Amino acid sequence: MANLSLKNVPQIIVESQVWKSIFRHGYTMNRRNRLLAITNNVFYHILPTKISRYGMRMRFHWGAGIITFYLFLILTFTGVLLMFYYVPTVPRAYYDMKDLQYVVPFGNILRNMHRYGAHAMVFMVMVHMARTFYTSSYKPPREFNWVVGVILLNFTFLLSFSGYLLPWDQLAIWAVTVGANMARATPLIGHEGPFANLIGMKVDNDVRFALLGGTTVGSATLLRFYVLHCIAFPIILTIFIVVHFWRVRRDGYSGDVPVRE
Amino acid sequence: MARAAEALSAEEQGTRRRLLSFLGWGSFASFCGGVTIGSLRFFFPRILYEPSQQFIAGKPEDYQVGEVSTRMKKEQRVWMIRNEQGIYALISICTHLGCTPIWHSAENRIKCPCHGSNFLVDGQNIAGPAPSPLFRAAISLDLAGNIVVDKNQKENRPGNRDEPPFILPLT
Repeated sequence: MANLSLKNVPQIIVESQVWKSIFRHGYTMNRRNRLLAITNNVFYHILPTKISRYGMRMRFHWGAGIITFYLFLILTFTGVLLMFYYVPTVPRAYYDMKDLQYVVPFGNILRNMHRYGAHAMVFMVMVHMARTFYTSSYKPPREFNWVVGVILLNFTFLLSFSGYLLPWDQLAIWAVTVGANMARATPLIGHEGPFANLIGMKVDNDVRFALLGGTTVGSATLLRFYVLHCIAFPIILTIFIVVHFWRVRRDGYSGDVPVRE
Repeated sequence: MARAAEALSAEEQGTRRRLLSFLGWGSFASFCGGVTIGSLRFFFPRILYEPSQQFIAGKPEDYQVGEVSTRMKKEQRVWMIRNEQGIYALISICTHLGCTPIWHSAENRIKCPCHGSNFLVDGQNIAGPAPSPLFRAAISLDLAGNIVVDKNQKENRPGNRDEPPFILPLT
């Protein structure tokens, strides 16, 4: 050990306290410990311990779920960068968006990655859902993960909807006006919905009012949607992504169909 | 500790534990409930910094008979319309999902750009997804002879909408 030649450096690192505290097992041990090195690693751990060859095929899983997850990572990263320039106030929001397009270095590619990435994520979530449906992967014992997936779909839509307002252009304002007006017709908690009059729902106390922070789409709405888009929805989505991946690991891949050669 | 517990009768022990447990969990539950209700209430503001729903729209002589005036539309989202009977303020909020329709004078129609609803000058919905006619706002004259429009009061039922305060009768 005292011999500090260059040849011994890898071994010194692998046997060090720091290395062992992170990786638990070295890789030059017996079969059991090699296996543990895999199962104790979070990145390997995401996959089930046993996967059939058929289930690993691209034509089976289409990679839709992992593409969706990659898009979420890209959106989180680009979104945080956009936050350095974008201010969610009525006088500034639109011009900050335009600055990102025309003034900020690499701002346009960043904004476009965020925008098109968001469209792609919504699309890929639906592709992933369709694939899961067509391969019967939602059936027991995976029915709970289907439910988690539906929650993830809803939060993807909510992220998309809340982000759509932030450029604060005509398209954004009217799209959110239309979307929020649909909430008027929510049963019980929307003031134009069925049974809403029974509990005294009005334009200034129903679910749409809470969503908009007012009776029309205005500065309060912009701030509300910004906070929901940047903080609340991503955190909730992340929590459910963790559960989703954990259940993929626990329930196993559904592609147990024997390979027909 | 164990001996002290044994010294109490079973009945006494149960009563005290149950009471303390009830108080403990009860206060925890009421704390959680209070936080939940408070957090929900937090999202319903007491004060709105929204523009007043009342505005002054000039004098009656500013409007010609048969005219659909768009002078108030950008600021207030109403068309000032004068016909043989008087002036009414037609609110330009589509009854479908709340977009702002556009007046097309060549076609004598009001059309919504979002989903294609069509309306007549009196507000009647005649095509597209809009389920009901456009609303008219309450309209009156103040002491100086200015037209006052109040969008808090609105009406779209034929008959009711042709009566004051939803029309300003002018001879």
